[in-house]
Amino acid sequence: MGAFNSLTYNATICLGCGECMMACAKAKSGDADRFDQSRIKIVPAGDNKFEAALCRQCGDAKCVMNCPAGALTKNAASGVVDWNADLCVSCLLCTVGCAYGSITFESSVGHVAKCDTCGGDPACVKVCKSGALGYVTTASIYNDYGKQEDLFAPGLAACQGCNSELMIRHVLRRVGRNVVVAAPPGCIPGMGTVGYNGKAGAKVPIFHPLLTNTASMLAGLKRTYERQGRDVTALALAGDGGASDVGFQSLSGAAERGEHILFLCFDNEGYMNTGMQASSATSFGSWTSTTPVGDKLQGKRTDAKNLPMVMMMHNAAYVATASSVFMEDFYRKLDKALAASKQGFAYLHLYAPCPSGWRFPASLTIDVCRLMVESNFVTLWEYTPETGLVFTRPTDKPKPLESYLKAIGKYRHLAQEQVDRIKKLLEDRLAMLKRFVR
Amino acid sequence: MQSCTYLIVGASHAGLAAADAIRMIDPASPLILASRDSHLPYSPTILPYVVSGRSKAERTALRSEAFFKEKSITFLRQAQLQSINAEKGLAHFDQGTSIRFDKLLLATGAAPSLPAIPGLGDVAFHVLRTMDDALGLKTAMKGARRALVLGAGLIGTHAAENMAEAGMTVSIVEPQMQLLPGYFDSQASSLIEKAFEGHGIDLKFGRSVASLKPGVAVLDDGQDVPFDLLLIATGVRPALSYLDGSGIRIDRGILVDERQRTNLPAVWAAGDCAQVRLFQSEGTGVAGILPMAVEQGRIAGQGMVDDEGQKPFPGAVSLNTYSFFGQQAISVGAGISGADSPGTETVLRFDEGAKTYLRLVLKEDRLVGAASVNHPLDPGILWQLILRQTDLSDVKERFLADPKTTGRLLMSRLWR
Ligand SMILES: Cc1cc2nc3c(=O)[nH]c(=O)nc-3n(C[C@H](O)[C@H](O)[C@H](O)COP(=O)(O)OP(=O)(O)OC[C@H]3O[C@@H](n4cnc5c(N)ncnc54)[C@H](O)[C@@H]3O)c2cc1C
Ligand code: SF4
Repeated sequence: MGAFNSLTYNATICLGCGECMMACAKAKSGDADRFDQSRIKIVPAGDNKFEAALCRQCGDAKCVMNCPAGALTKNAASGVVDWNADLCVSCLLCTVGCAYGSITFESSVGHVAKCDTCGGDPACVKVCKSGALGYVTTASIYNDYGKQEDLFAPGLAACQGCNSELMIRHVLRRVGRNVVVAAPPGCIPGMGTVGYNGKAGAKVPIFHPLLTNTASMLAGLKRTYERQGRDVTALALAGDGGASDVGFQSLSGAAERGEHILFLCFDNEGYMNTGMQASSATSFGSWTSTTPVGDKLQGKRTDAKNLPMVMMMHNAAYVATASSVFMEDFYRKLDKALAASKQGFAYLHLYAPCPSGWRFPASLTIDVCRLMVESNFVTLWEYTPETGLVFTRPTDKPKPLESYLKAIGKYRHLAQEQVDRIKKLLEDRLAMLKRFVR
Repeated sequence: MQSCTYLIVGASHAGLAAADAIRMIDPASPLILASRDSHLPYSPTILPYVVSGRSKAERTALRSEAFFKEKSITFLRQAQLQSINAEKGLAHFDQGTSIRFDKLLLATGAAPSLPAIPGLGDVAFHVLRTMDDALGLKTAMKGARRALVLGAGLIGTHAAENMAEAGMTVSIVEPQMQLLPGYFDSQASSLIEKAFEGHGIDLKFGRSVASLKPGVAVLDDGQDVPFDLLLIATGVRPALSYLDGSGIRIDRGILVDERQRTNLPAVWAAGDCAQVRLFQSEGTGVAGILPMAVEQGRIAGQGMVDDEGQKPFPGAVSLNTYSFFGQQAISVGAGISGADSPGTETVLRFDEGAKTYLRLVLKEDRLVGAASVNHPLDPGILWQLILRQTDLSDVKERFLADPKTTGRLLMSRLWR
C-alpha cells in the first residue's frame, strides 16, 4: 500500500459559506440545493466559527470493519473507502463505526452516503474561496517517485534523522541516470555517496571535487559534454560551507558566467561532519564547536550570510529556497531548476536541519523543518530574472519564533536580547525580500 | 501436525479483526484461521438479507481466498474445535486433526439458545445463526404459508419481516409487552409495531409457548397457533463445550480482562464468546453485537502480536441500528428502554403522525443514551460522546435540540 492523497479542512479559516456543500450536492445529485445530498457537512460552531463532518478515508476504517455485507472496502490504489451500492443492505452498522459523522444515512437519500473524493478531483475543494478545504496530493508524488530507481546505494551512513540523505535520494530519482554529480567535501560525501571501501555510493557518475573548485570543475565537465553534443545534467550536491565559504568564489563565477549547471546547497548551518564548526551560514546565536557558549561568548556573534539572496543578485536563470516538508513545492522547484539549468545557472537552496549538530531528537527533523518555515525563520520563494521574486508560501501569519528556537538545543542558552535581535533580523530580511516582488 | 504462531478459531468479525491487527505488525509468522463453517467468512448479521434475497449468499464473503493468500493466512474450513490443551499449545479439532500453536484466540461467537419447551424435540424448527441456517430457512419458506416466530428481539423481528415480505402469514410470540424489549421503550416500539401490524404480522405479547406439537404451538393462555414453519429466536449464548477440561475460566462467556486475555497466558478470547466489562454498568457480560466483536477482536490481535498501540477495551456499550420495512431505528447506550432512572434528564420527542421518535438521556450533562425512530442520528458520534464522557454543559440546549449537528461539531473539535 502506498501513500494516499487526502482532503484537508482548516476550521480556523472556514467562512461557513456552504459553497462546498452546494458543489458536493450538485456533483452527487445534480441539484445544488439538496444539502442532504452533500457528503461534506459544514456545521456552525458559534461566534462565526465552523466545523466539518468529512470522511477521513481512515487507514484502519471502522466503517469497513463493521460492514457485514462487504459493501465497504479500503481501496488499496486510491486510499478511498469505497461504497458498493449493490452489496449494501442499509443496516447502518457503518454509521456506528464512524466517529466523524462522515458515513451517514439520510432518509431523503435512502441509503448511506460518504465522500468518494470525486475520484480524486473533489468538487468541494475547487469552490472553496477561503482555502479552508484542500486536497493534498503530496502522497502521489511519493508514490510516483517511489517507483523511480533510487540511484544511491542502500545504507548510506548519514546520521539518524538526517533529511539530506532523504533529499538527495529524491533529487536523483527525479534527475535520473543521465547526470554527472559533483559532491564536494561535506556530509553528503561523508555519508558515503562518493564511495567507501572501493565501492561507489551512487549508481551514476559522481566525483569528489575540492571545496574550492566544485562549480568550476562541474562547469568544465558540462562544457566538454556540450562540445561532444551530449545533453548531460551537471549537478552539484554541496553543503553550506562548500557553497557560501570556501567554494563561494567558483560558485559566484559560474553563476556570473551563466554556466549550465544545477547547484544544490544543503544548508545545515555549519561544518557538521567535521565536528560542528560554524560556517558563514550559521545563524546568529547558534552554539557550534567554534562559537561556544561560555562566560564571554554566547554562541555565534554574527548573522548568517543569506546565500540564496546573494545568488539571486547574480541574476541567475533560477534561484529558489525549498524545504523537505513541502515536497510538492520542492518538486515543482526542482523541475524548474532542472529546466533552467539547460540554458543557464540554476541554484536551489534546501534547508537541512541537523539533529546531531543542532541538538534536537532525530525523530523531530521534519517537525523542525516545518517550524522553521512556519515561524518565518526561513521563507520559501523562487526567483527568475523574468518574474522577479515570488513567495511560494505565505509569510503573513508566522508561528512564534520562540516555538522554533525552543525546539533546538543550539539555541537553548539564548538571552531575550539575542532572541529580539533574531526577530529583528528576520523582519528586516523579509521586508528586503518583499522588495524583490514585482 | 500443523503448527503456527497464531491460531484464531472463528472466522467472523472478531477473528478477522484480530487477523488484520496481527498482519499489520507481523506479516509473515504462520497464522491459521479456522472455522467450523464450510463457507468463506461471512457475517451472521447479513443472514436476514440472505433470507430475503437482497443479498446473494455467494456475494456475502468478507474475505476472499486471494486475500488469505496475499496475507499468508491459512484459512481452514470445516474445522470444529473440540478441545484445548493450553499447556502443550495444542488445539484438537473434529476428524482427529490437531494444531500446535504459540498463541490462541477463541472467537467462536455465540449460538442460538433454545428454550425448554415441552415437545420441542418432536417438531422441526429453524434458527438463524449460520449461512446454512439462512439457506435452510429460505428453502423452507417456499413451501410454507404460516410462520411462527418465538422471540421479538432483533433476529426474530428481522426474520418475521423477511417472511411477511415473502407473502407468509406471520405470528410473533413474545413474553414481554413490546417488540425489541431492552432496546426501545414502549413508545418507540409502538411505531415499529405499527409497521409490523401494517404488514399483517400478528404480535402476541405477554405470552409464551407452553408446549409444541407438530404443526401447532399451544400458548400459555391456552390458544393454539398453527404453523408450517417455526423459527426460534429467543436469544443466543456462547457454545463452549470445547473448553471442558481446558482450565480456561468461563461464566456466561469466556472470562477475559480488558486486554481480552483469558486466565491462561497464551489464550485470548473476543467477540460474542467473551464475557467483558460493561462500560455503563457494574460487572461483566457478553456484548453480543457486531461493533463490540470488531473492537475486541482488534484488541486481542494487537495483544497477540505485542502491538504497542494496543489500548484496553473500555467496556461494552450497547449500539444497535435496526432497519424495518424501509424505516430506521437507532438505540445507543443505556437508560432508553425503560422508565427514567433517578438523576437522569430525558428529552422525548414523539410524533405519532410523522412516525418519528427521539429520546435523549443525560446524566450530569453527559450523554447516557439515545434512541430514535426515523430520526437521523450519528450513532458512531454518540458512542464516542458516551465513551469520552464529554461534558455537554456548554452546548446542552443545542445538543438536545439538534443532536446530530451538535454531535458533529463536537467530534470535529474533539478530534483535533
Ligand atoms: C440474524 C442476526 C442478525 C444480527 N444483526 C445484528 C445487527 O444488526 N447488529 C449487530 O451489532 N449485531 C447483529 N448480530 C450479531 C452479530 O452478528 C454478532 O455480534 C457478531 O457476528 C459476533 O461476531 P463474532 O466474531 O464474535 O462471532 P460470530 O459472528 O458468531 O462468528 C463465530 C465464528 O466462529 C466459528 N465457530 C463457532 N464455534 C466453533 C468451533 N467450535 N470451532 C470452530 N469454529 C467455530 C463460526 O463458524 C464463526 O466463523 C446479528 C446476529 C444474527 C445471527
Ligand atoms: S449500511 Fe451498507 S455500507 Fe453500511 S454497514 Fe450496512 S451494508 Fe455496509
